[in-house]
Amino acid sequence: MADSLQAGERMIIEPIPNPHLTPEHLAFRDVMRRFVQTEIEPYANEWDEAGEFPRELYKKASAVGLLQLGFPEEYGGVELDQFYGNIASAEMARAGVGGVGASLMSHTIGLPPVAIAGSPELKAKLIPPTLAGEKIFALAITEPSGGSDVANLRTTARRDGDHYVLNGEKTFITSGMRADYITVAVRTGEGGRGGVSLIVVDTATPGFSRTPLRKMGWWASDTATLYFDNCRVPAENLLGEEHHGFRIIMRNFNSERLFMAAGCIGQARTCLEETVNYARERHTFGKPLIQHQVIRHKLADMTMRINASQAYLDHLSWRVMNGESPVADICLLKNQATQTMEFCAREAVQTFGGAGFMRGCKVERIYREVRVNAIGGGAEEIMRDLAARQLGY
Amino acid sequence: MKILVPVKRVVDYNVKIRVKQDGSGVELANVKMSMNPFDEIAVEEAIRLKEKGVATEIVVVSIGPQQASETIRTALAMGADRGVLVKTDVNVEPLGVAKLLKKVIETENPGLVILGKQAIDDDSNQTGQMLAALLGWAQGTFASKVEVSGETLAVTREIDGGLQTIELKLPAIVTTDLRLNEPRYASLPNIMKAKKKPLDETSPETLGVDVAPRLKVLSTVEPPKRSAGVKVASVEELVSKLKNEAGVL
Repeated sequence: MADSLQAGERMIIEPIPNPHLTPEHLAFRDVMRRFVQTEIEPYANEWDEAGEFPRELYKKASAVGLLQLGFPEEYGGVELDQFYGNIASAEMARAGVGGVGASLMSHTIGLPPVAIAGSPELKAKLIPPTLAGEKIFALAITEPSGGSDVANLRTTARRDGDHYVLNGEKTFITSGMRADYITVAVRTGEGGRGGVSLIVVDTATPGFSRTPLRKMGWWASDTATLYFDNCRVPAENLLGEEHHGFRIIMRNFNSERLFMAAGCIGQARTCLEETVNYARERHTFGKPLIQHQVIRHKLADMTMRINASQAYLDHLSWRVMNGESPVADICLLKNQATQTMEFCAREAVQTFGGAGFMRGCKVERIYREVRVNAIGGGAEEIMRDLAARQLGY
Repeated sequence: MKILVPVKRVVDYNVKIRVKQDGSGVELANVKMSMNPFDEIAVEEAIRLKEKGVATEIVVVSIGPQQASETIRTALAMGADRGVLVKTDVNVEPLGVAKLLKKVIETENPGLVILGKQAIDDDSNQTGQMLAALLGWAQGTFASKVEVSGETLAVTREIDGGLQTIELKLPAIVTTDLRLNEPRYASLPNIMKAKKKPLDETSPETLGVDVAPRLKVLSTVEPPKRSAGVKVASVEELVSKLKNEAGVL
């Protein structure tokens, strides 16, 4: 393939073929590619360095239908299969600026609990403006005292008349600085998972405050610590029944992990594409880098892991579309994806050498996004343990 | 008013064109195809006229193989209402296209036809003009602005050295230039809606048009490769090279 490319021509690396894709999937991929190429990629460094991206991007993402993906049609969404989500994640990953996707799509973790368990009034009030890109939605579960240990969270919500009074802290919250609404996991009952509820907090409520956090990666994303100090939230903002929040949170994790896996595999592929193209241009010891066996082996290893991960992702997405909930495999897929991304980011920066160490090139940016994926949405260690338990080991 | 927009399926503008080994044409196997960019502008303009309440229906026509229906679907996803595929595996030349369009127009009776000024594959820039001649309609080519008021149409044309504004009587033919508008993205909800929009199929035989090529391709060759530049040591050397080698002084 590389031999047939002309000088200066870039090689584009597409995912391995997925036999389930329809012309509509491919049309959406074209739209997403153009959207990312014109609306995100040219500004990747600028936004990364600025630590945020313009709020206007939410509206632009709504105009192409990206924000609506997976939400009920009666509230302005488009209910489509998992492959559309995978395509969106993979195309976003081509820009190599993880923070943009993380904040732009934070409603995909914050809003589903509303769509699943909110009252009809709450859905009608919150879902349409979020899908239109007018309101920003976030999810707050992690606390300074613990992350994945959802059953032991400490933020409390005490019923007082027709309100709940919230007290406590949440941290590492994506879109935390700009969110207009946040789905917050709170303790309404006794200790353990049986006392956890979900409630939507309007960030304009007195008693709510937030501070920004600086991070290793995801620079373009606004991440925050949130404080609730006698924050009075209307009781109708409760999602589902009191003390039934844990199940909704767990339900959320499956789709979050599939999204993350698709994004990681996409970023790994972006690393490969960047590396192939760089290695064809860069000359050392009298020949292009790509003609050195040691580099070609790196490219082959990257390809092998990316294709295996993509096949796993396509297979599990297909199972989810057929009504299964393959929790153990989704956990393992997430690890497979984050480790593939880690390997490819390493080999990409290694092949770029000094140029890859310089701030602002795509592989350098992706290298900084490795850890957050291996930690967020369920750390690799938690994923292994959960998978092993689910498999009865 | 009904607007008719012809769209052509061409090699995607991002693809680097390769000449076939035997020189009979360019390589099309496994090459990404898309809507001709000038036609996207034409579709966009029609949609804007519909949004303004000037147009009531947008019909998209494509002439080509079965896969050209994908190009029609793209236009439907952008916001056109209905599609017509004139199915043929022949590489139809501009005159053949104009004759086929004339037949479609006779059944559809549009008040306005908006075409791309040219397709990026053969760069002919002929179809719109030929169609206007065959129909005896007014034409406004290379449009950078289109305004409909009642039975007339003001078209601002991009011509050498400036802009020319002309007034046309409807029905008319308009061909689009690059600066007319910036085409929208087909949104995901509209991609799904496009699936259900009607797409009729016909053929040159049914329309009674002979589309056999009138031209014969003798050879297709790559453009000459640009050779590497040289560094000159002095002004004298530069002047000497410009005089004796480049022959421009």
